[in-house]
Amino acid sequence: MERVVSFVLNGSEMQLRIQDHWTLLHLLREELGLLGTKEGCGSGECGACTVLVDGMAVNSCLYLAAEIEGKTVRTIEGLASPEGTLHPIQKAFVEQGGIQCGFCSPGMILSAKALLDENPAAGEDEIKEAIAGNICRCTGYVQIIESIRSVSSTAQEKVKVVAWQADEED
Amino acid sequence: MNQFHTVGKRIPKLDAMDKATGRSQYIQDLKVPGMLYGKILYSKYPHAKIVHIDTSKAKKLPGVRGVLTGYDIPEIKFGVYKDNRPLKAGKVRSYRDEVAAVAAVDPETAEEAVRLIEVTYEALPGIFDPVAAMREDAPLVHEAHKTNILKMPWKLHYGDVEEAKKKAAYIVEENFSTTWVTHCCLGASGALAWFDYADNLTIYSNTQIPSLAQKDFIDALDAMGIKNRRVRVIKPLLGGGFGSKLDTYAYEYIAILLAHHTRKPVKIVFDRQEEFIATSTRQPTLTRIAQGCDKEGRLLFRDISMILDNGAYTSWGATTPSVMMMPITTLYKVPNVRYEAKCVYTNNTYAQAMRGYGNPQATFAIESSMDMLAEAAGIDRVVFREINANESGYVSPQNFKITTCGLKECIDAVVRELDMDRPKEKGEGVGMASLIHVGGGARVYKSDGCGTIIKVDDFGKVNVFTGASDMGQGADTVIAQIVAEELGLAVDDIHVIHTDTDVCPWDVGAHASRTTFVAGNSALGAAKKIKAQVLEVASRILDTPGDRLVLRDRSICSVEDDTRTMAFGKLLRKAHFSRSGRMLMAEYFYDPANENLGRDFRGNLSMTYTFGVHGVRVKVDEETGKVKILDYVAAHDVGKAINPMLLEGQVYGGVMMGIGYALTEQILSEKGQCMNPNFRDYKILTAKDVVPMKAPVLESSDPDGPFGAKGIGEPGCVPTAPAIANAIYDAVGVRIKDLPMTPERVLAAIRENQGIDLCGIQAGKDPGDACVVEE
Repeated sequence: MERVVSFVLNGSEMQLRIQDHWTLLHLLREELGLLGTKEGCGSGECGACTVLVDGMAVNSCLYLAAEIEGKTVRTIEGLASPEGTLHPIQKAFVEQGGIQCGFCSPGMILSAKALLDENPAAGEDEIKEAIAGNICRCTGYVQIIESIRSVSSTAQEKVKVVAWQADEED
Repeated sequence: MNQFHTVGKRIPKLDAMDKATGRSQYIQDLKVPGMLYGKILYSKYPHAKIVHIDTSKAKKLPGVRGVLTGYDIPEIKFGVYKDNRPLKAGKVRSYRDEVAAVAAVDPETAEEAVRLIEVTYEALPGIFDPVAAMREDAPLVHEAHKTNILKMPWKLHYGDVEEAKKKAAYIVEENFSTTWVTHCCLGASGALAWFDYADNLTIYSNTQIPSLAQKDFIDALDAMGIKNRRVRVIKPLLGGGFGSKLDTYAYEYIAILLAHHTRKPVKIVFDRQEEFIATSTRQPTLTRIAQGCDKEGRLLFRDISMILDNGAYTSWGATTPSVMMMPITTLYKVPNVRYEAKCVYTNNTYAQAMRGYGNPQATFAIESSMDMLAEAAGIDRVVFREINANESGYVSPQNFKITTCGLKECIDAVVRELDMDRPKEKGEGVGMASLIHVGGGARVYKSDGCGTIIKVDDFGKVNVFTGASDMGQGADTVIAQIVAEELGLAVDDIHVIHTDTDVCPWDVGAHASRTTFVAGNSALGAAKKIKAQVLEVASRILDTPGDRLVLRDRSICSVEDDTRTMAFGKLLRKAHFSRSGRMLMAEYFYDPANENLGRDFRGNLSMTYTFGVHGVRVKVDEETGKVKILDYVAAHDVGKAINPMLLEGQVYGGVMMGIGYALTEQILSEKGQCMNPNFRDYKILTAKDVVPMKAPVLESSDPDGPFGAKGIGEPGCVPTAPAIANAIYDAVGVRIKDLPMTPERVLAAIRENQGIDLCGIQAGKDPGDACVVEE
């Protein structure tokens, strides 16, 4: 069965004919060619498919495309400014080691955006809660949390990392 | 100390911006015109004869372009023991056996076609316990092999362990076990293969071994009757590696076979359930260990025997003993060592490489046993380790030559940063464990080399073609930093290409934490050649001897005279656009001077070794058995941190993976079937599980590493389990000997220690029929 949906995608008005059974993930990746959103598990357990719908982080692999009627959708491709300026969260992830293999990054960054848009002064516990549904195997989450904290408006101390030289006279 | 302008700096990963904006393409994202989608049918039984396969219905489904079974294809043998086939014929030996494969115009049609394939099986008795599988009367997994025990050479004896046992003042002996865990790469497996009209193969494959995979595929083509053709392996961006892509998999050969059969490009990508079930795990182990020391606490012997569940087919899991030998013979100074490992076929899944490659499993046993021995000897656990710590200049019984060694400094760092001596609260405990890992390559093949080609254009931009494989750890960035440092350029001027066997030189693979050391030295060697060419050209143009010139800030200038200077780009154009013009290019193949292990397994496997110590403070809830980590310190001796930010990423990621290994992760296997092939039931740690972590980095400046660096990819997950086990013992006096140390296990041990049975009733206090649970 088909239907037409009207929605806003990354700032642009869209009107598309879709199949009833399509997930939002399928619509984005296979129909619209927006490959930034990833499929990690297909069952809403890993968060790699996270996109924002009306500002809320959702697992697009479980979200029916038919449900986006009248809503606003933002994917990772729509986060940087139209001129190409990175969003502060993207910039922080890049500069602070929040990205290794990068597969979880689009979902992780959008979950962080959903949090900080609602709670700009989010602290460490709130950050961990917000990204608890985004699995990362590479980073151990530490530098991801640091990246998000650096954008949060509360002045935060970085997680302490101690480094020193064993022998100065080398 | 030298002032470096890029080495030692926290430079962002070169491809981070693309990844942050959704531009990066992984195997899941790749499409080529005319591409078909492949899907695999797996076995319904853990052990059965294949009586008949009927593919007629599948073939008739509109949109299906090809269906293959093990009876349609030539014999392609792969795997360490060459006992594996891409599609099985005759019988199936595990639930993950590939029985048939389909190529269709879209994924849904491919899936439907797979469901239409009818296979008739005759079930056979299965064997799922490696100990039982060793018995004479056990069902044979591979009949032609005549026994379930593999012919593997894992046996060594240095010194005289029996004599040492007689002389030891204290001896401890214990059994430890580890089970299957899996890599959980967020980016699942996949390959995209096609042939041109001359039968040359191009395959995009999630691989950490592009050059070795190329050889495997050439062998496969040979078996298919396609001789003397070219094979091009292209590695797309990997969504994680951790060792999962160190072997070639059945699905890659299936993609190749389907591509050849249909004369079209064929892409296979795994869904998450397939990723759990059909990719290979970490090697499970059953370990018996005895260690002994003299009255002063000096280790006299270490005696270890292991049984490894080899699963149905053989991959790198069966070779983990060759790496387990490293901590067994060389972690701490032990003069007498004996080790034997048996690998046994079962109808379970099979293991391959996973971060640490046996080291975590062996270190769990060794470092748990060290705490036990220290207690038996009445010596403080920290002092016990210091007494036996390796030092610079030590040569182990296995002939490993320890050059730089920061083990003692790491012990100090952990004691200090963890504040180990502070008074404990109830239920709290601290524990530590050390690690040794190869840090300067690992000669497991006849070559441990990596090639680099550098070309410089007319504008001062540099292309570096490296055999190294990046999978997110930062090999590309570290290589760019090294080249930029040598040539006085910015990292932005360097473009590292690391993906294509048609373009990049040979490398043995991203394993053994070797990439920074080997690929780094290779890039440095090529960069030095470029620098020599630059100086040659510049000395003529600037009329200054080469040794009085420096490369700095994208220019070449005289040391003495600031006015004798030229921008790099301008110099290059002058050199190029003139009579007998020249362009700068160089290559360097670096193969470290390490050694293959001999027949007795002696040999200096690596140019240098990375050491580290992890310390942890836990709080154990005695009502639930839950272990909470209060503090974690992971100190590593890394030689030189070329990129401290990326290095920390490896440590944090490794530690979190190690904590999962210690406490929560396990493949639950029931008669060979994976019962938790999803993220809900396979307990991988999330952001809420992050522990307060410190990662002190020791720089001992290794003489053989590029700018002094040693490897760091794997050490982070090596000693986590024993550190935590030792802390649990310190907290509540129970020693957990089986991983993972789940709350159920910890609680059962606490109860047993207290003399309380399964019903919660104290010994001697059972009121008659209250306890109805069978022991």
